[in-house]
Amino acid sequence: MPEFETVIGLEVHLQFNTATKIFCGCANFFGKDPNTLTCPVCLGLPGSLPVLNKKVLLYAIKVAMALNCQINPYIKFDRKNYYYPDLPKGYQISQYDFPVAYNGWIMIPMTEGPDKKIHIKRAHLEEDAGKLIHDPATNSSLVDYNRTGTPLLEIVTAPDLRCAQEAYDYLTTLKLILQYLHVSDCDMEKGSLRCDANISIREKGDGRFGTKTEIKNMNSFRAVKAALQFEANRHQKLLSSHQRIIQETRLWNEEKAMTISMRSKEEAHDYRYFPEPDLVPFVVDEKTLTQIKASLPELPQEKFGRFLNEYKISGYDAQIIIQDPELSLFFEKCCQLTREIKKVCNWLIGPLLQELHTRKAAITQLSLTPDDVVNLIKKVDSGILSNLVAKDVLKLKLDTGQSIDTIIIEQGLTQVSDDGTLEKIIAEILGENDRVVEQIKQGKESAIVFLVGQAMKKTQGKANPKKIGELIKRRFQNG
Amino acid sequence: MKLNELTAHELLDLYKSKTTTPQTVYEEVCKAVNQLDSKVQAYLRLAKNKPQSLSPSSPTGDQKFPIPIAIKDNICIKNEEVTCASCILKGFHPPYDATVIERIKKAGGMIVGQANMDEFAFGSSTENSSSGATRNPWNLNCVPGGSSGGSAAAVAAHETIWALGSDTGGSIRQPAAFCGVVGLKPTYGRVSRYGLIAFASSLDQIGPLTKDVTDNALLLNIIAGYDERDSTCADVAVADYTKSLVKDVQGFKIGIPKEYFIAGLDREVKSAVEEAIAVLKKLGAEFKEVSLPHTEYAVATYYILATAEASSNLARFDGVQFGLRSTPAAVRRSPIVDMYEATRDAGFGQEAKRRIMLGTYSLSSGYYDAYYLRGQQVRTLIKRDFDEAFKEFDAIITPTAPTTAFKLGEKTDDPLAMYLSDIYTISANLAGIPAISLPCGFSQNGLPIGLQILGKPFDEQMLFRMAYSYEQSTSWHKRKVAF
Repeated sequence: MPEFETVIGLEVHLQFNTATKIFCGCANFFGKDPNTLTCPVCLGLPGSLPVLNKKVLLYAIKVAMALNCQINPYIKFDRKNYYYPDLPKGYQISQYDFPVAYNGWIMIPMTEGPDKKIHIKRAHLEEDAGKLIHDPATNSSLVDYNRTGTPLLEIVTAPDLRCAQEAYDYLTTLKLILQYLHVSDCDMEKGSLRCDANISIREKGDGRFGTKTEIKNMNSFRAVKAALQFEANRHQKLLSSHQRIIQETRLWNEEKAMTISMRSKEEAHDYRYFPEPDLVPFVVDEKTLTQIKASLPELPQEKFGRFLNEYKISGYDAQIIIQDPELSLFFEKCCQLTREIKKVCNWLIGPLLQELHTRKAAITQLSLTPDDVVNLIKKVDSGILSNLVAKDVLKLKLDTGQSIDTIIIEQGLTQVSDDGTLEKIIAEILGENDRVVEQIKQGKESAIVFLVGQAMKKTQGKANPKKIGELIKRRFQNG
Repeated sequence: MKLNELTAHELLDLYKSKTTTPQTVYEEVCKAVNQLDSKVQAYLRLAKNKPQSLSPSSPTGDQKFPIPIAIKDNICIKNEEVTCASCILKGFHPPYDATVIERIKKAGGMIVGQANMDEFAFGSSTENSSSGATRNPWNLNCVPGGSSGGSAAAVAAHETIWALGSDTGGSIRQPAAFCGVVGLKPTYGRVSRYGLIAFASSLDQIGPLTKDVTDNALLLNIIAGYDERDSTCADVAVADYTKSLVKDVQGFKIGIPKEYFIAGLDREVKSAVEEAIAVLKKLGAEFKEVSLPHTEYAVATYYILATAEASSNLARFDGVQFGLRSTPAAVRRSPIVDMYEATRDAGFGQEAKRRIMLGTYSLSSGYYDAYYLRGQQVRTLIKRDFDEAFKEFDAIITPTAPTTAFKLGEKTDDPLAMYLSDIYTISANLAGIPAISLPCGFSQNGLPIGLQILGKPFDEQMLFRMAYSYEQSTSWHKRKVAF
C-alpha cells in the first residue's frame, strides 16, 4: 500500500474587539439582546453607506506585521455577492485582489526537530454576517443582526500543514500571537475565532495536490484536530479502495464525530467580486506604518527567547509562563524583586496557575502583587512558613485580600521550629507508632519520612519538616 | 403672477419685504398640485408630515430657505414612504433622513411630496414607474424625460418651486432639457449620497432642478459639502455659488466636441445650440472645436458598469427585512430561495429585471475581464479625454439630448433607442465631472430644448457663471407652461 501524505490549509476568521463595527458606529459587542446593536448601515437599509473604521485597519496591519506579512498599503474593498438571510445587503464587503496582508509566516513547534515555518498566504478584512436563529415554536428562522458588521480578518495559510496535530499547533501558536496583540478575545465558543480547513491527501513524493474537501463547523481547536484526522482517514480509505474523492464542503458533526457533505463544487457560488464603489481606495502612508510597527508589543517567540537569556529559566517554565502575557509581566516584576527566579517560576506555574484556573480569573483580576509572591518565598526560605502552609496563605490572600503578614498572624500559621515544642510532638508520635519505630530500629531509615508526615499532620503543617526529620534521626542515632 | 410660479429667489425677496409668508407659498403650491397633478402625475405621493418650518415648535437650523421642494422618490426621508417607484419597496419607511434632506430641513425647506421616477432610476422617460408615467407639462402626450421626470415636471408645472433629482447617466439633465428647467449634475463627490437609494454607486449624484440658474446655485449651496457618512463625498471646500452669478464670460475658452454633433442629432436642437453658442460668443467667450475621441464608447461602457453595480445594489431587495415579501406558489428549491424568487419576480418591473440580468452577467466569472474590467479601462480613457480637453478649455458645450421630448410609448419597446437618448449626458457621469442643462430654445411644436455645459471637477462656479451669463441674455427661462 502506498504511503500517503496529508496536505492541510487553514482559514481563520478573527473578530476584532474594536469598540465599534467595521463600517458603522454601532457597538461591537457579543451577547446583547437580538437586534439592539444595529443602525441603517449594518442593517443594509436602502441608501445607507459604509465608512471604514480606521481602527480596524490599524488592527489588521498590527496582525499582519506580527505574522511577518507584506503589508499592502493600497487599501481597497470588494463586494462578494451572494444571497443569504443573514447578509442584509446581498453582498459582503470584503477584500479580493488586494488583501491588506500577504506572504507571511509563523513558526510552530514540532515534537521532534526544529520549529516549522508555516506560510500565511494572505489576510484580508471583511464584515461579519448576522446570525440565524431557528424558532421551533413557529418553525421559522429569525435573524439577529447584532453581529452584522463585526470586523473580521480572514487569515489563510499556504497548504503547509501535514497532519492534524500540526494544524492544532498552528492554531495555538497563532492564537497566542493574537492574544499578545490584544486585538481579539480569540474565543471560539463566542465565535470570535473561527476556523475552516481545506484538506487533501496524496502519495508521498507526489508534487501535485489531491482533490480537496473543505471542512466547516468546528467549534474548538480539538474539534479541528478531530475533524482533520477523520477526514484524512476518509480520504485514505477512499483512495486505497480506488474510489474518487469529491471536491465539496463538509460539516463537522461533533456528536457523531464525523464530517457530513454540505454542498458540492457544482453548487458552489459565483461570488461576482467587483470593487466596492462606496469605499474609495486609499494608501496608508509610510509614517503610519512606522508608527504601528513601533507600537507592536513583544511577541511570544521573542519573549520566550528573552526569558531563557535574561532569567536563565528552563524552556519548560518559559513556555508555560509566556502562554499568558499578563502572567509574563507579573513574572518579570517578581524577578525585579528577588534573585530566587526558579522559586518564582515554581510559584507561578504551580500554585498560582492552579488558583487562576480554579477561579477562572486573569492575574490582573486578583489582589495579588509581585511583592506578595516574593514575600511568600522569603517566608518559606526563612523557615517561617512551610511550603504547604504558604500555599494556604496564598489561597487566603486571594480569598480575603488581606495582607500576607496579617493572614499569618491572625491564623497563627507561623512555622514551629523551636526544639522544645518539636521534641514534645516527636515524643507523642513515637509513642503512637510502635511498629514504625521498630522498623527504623531495624535499619529502615526511609520510614522516618512517615513519621515526619505524621508530625506535619499533627501540627496542621506548621512544623518545620526539615527540622523534625533531623530531630528524629538524632534520637535514633543517640538511642 | 401666482406665488407658485415664482422662483425661490423671488420668493425670498417677498419674504424679506413681508409681502408673503412661507405658509401662504406652501398652500399655493399644494393647491397647484391638487389642480394639476391628475394631469401631469409628477408626484407619487404628498408628504405625510407637514413641513417642520411651519410647525409652531421651534425647528432647528437657520431656516433661511423656507421654500417648497419636491424630492425624487429615491432619497430617504425619515418616516415617509420611499419606494423608488418600485413595488418591491412598497411600505418602506426609512428610519432616517438622507444627508441632503437633513440639510434641506435645517434650511427650512418644505417638502411637498415625492416625485415620480423610472423605477430605481432605470430609464429616460419616467415611463418605467410602477405607478404609471409622468407627463411632460409642455405637451401631455410627451414624456418628461427621466429618470427624474417627476422632479422636472413638477418644477415646470409649478407644482413646486424647486426639486431634487439624481443623475446617474443624465437623469437630472435630460428631463430638465425636456421640461425646460435648469438641472445640475454636480461633480461626483460634491453632494453626499448618504440616503440616496443607490442605482450605480460610482455614478450617482444628487442635484438640483430649478426654474432658473440663480435658484440652482442657491439649492446647491444648501446641499453641497463634505459628509463623513459618505466615503465618496469629497472634503473639498464649497464656494458660495451665488457669487458665480455674474454676467461675464469675456475671454473664457469653450470647447465644442465634434463627436457630439453627429447623425441622430435633431435639426432644431442643433440650431438652438448653435444660436446659444452665438449668444455666448457675443458676450466674449471664445469657441473652438475639441475632440473627445472615446465618446462613441460611452453608452456601452455606461451600460456595463452601471448595470453591474445596480445588480449588486439591488440584491438587498430580497423580501427578508423590508418592502415586499411574496409567498411562493409552490416549493421548488428551498423555502428561502423560493421566497427570493417570488418576491423579486413580483416586485421588480421589466427594465429593473433587464438591468439586473445584464449586470449579473457582466460580473460573472469568465466574463468579468471582457466586460466589467474592460468597461473600467474605457471609463479611464473617457475621463482622460476630458482631462486633456480641460487643459485648454474652461468648459465644453453640447446639446443635453439629441432630441426634444418624445411621445409616450414611442421608445418603450426599444430599450436601445431609449438608452441612446442619454448619449450626450453619460460621459459626465463616467468622468465624474459637473454638468448643467438649461433651456436654450423651443422646437416649432413648442417643446423645450436644453443646452449642456460641462466643467472641470469641482468647478461648478464656472458652469453657473456661463449658464447665468447666457440665461440673462435670453428669455427662455421666463416662458411658462400654460395648461
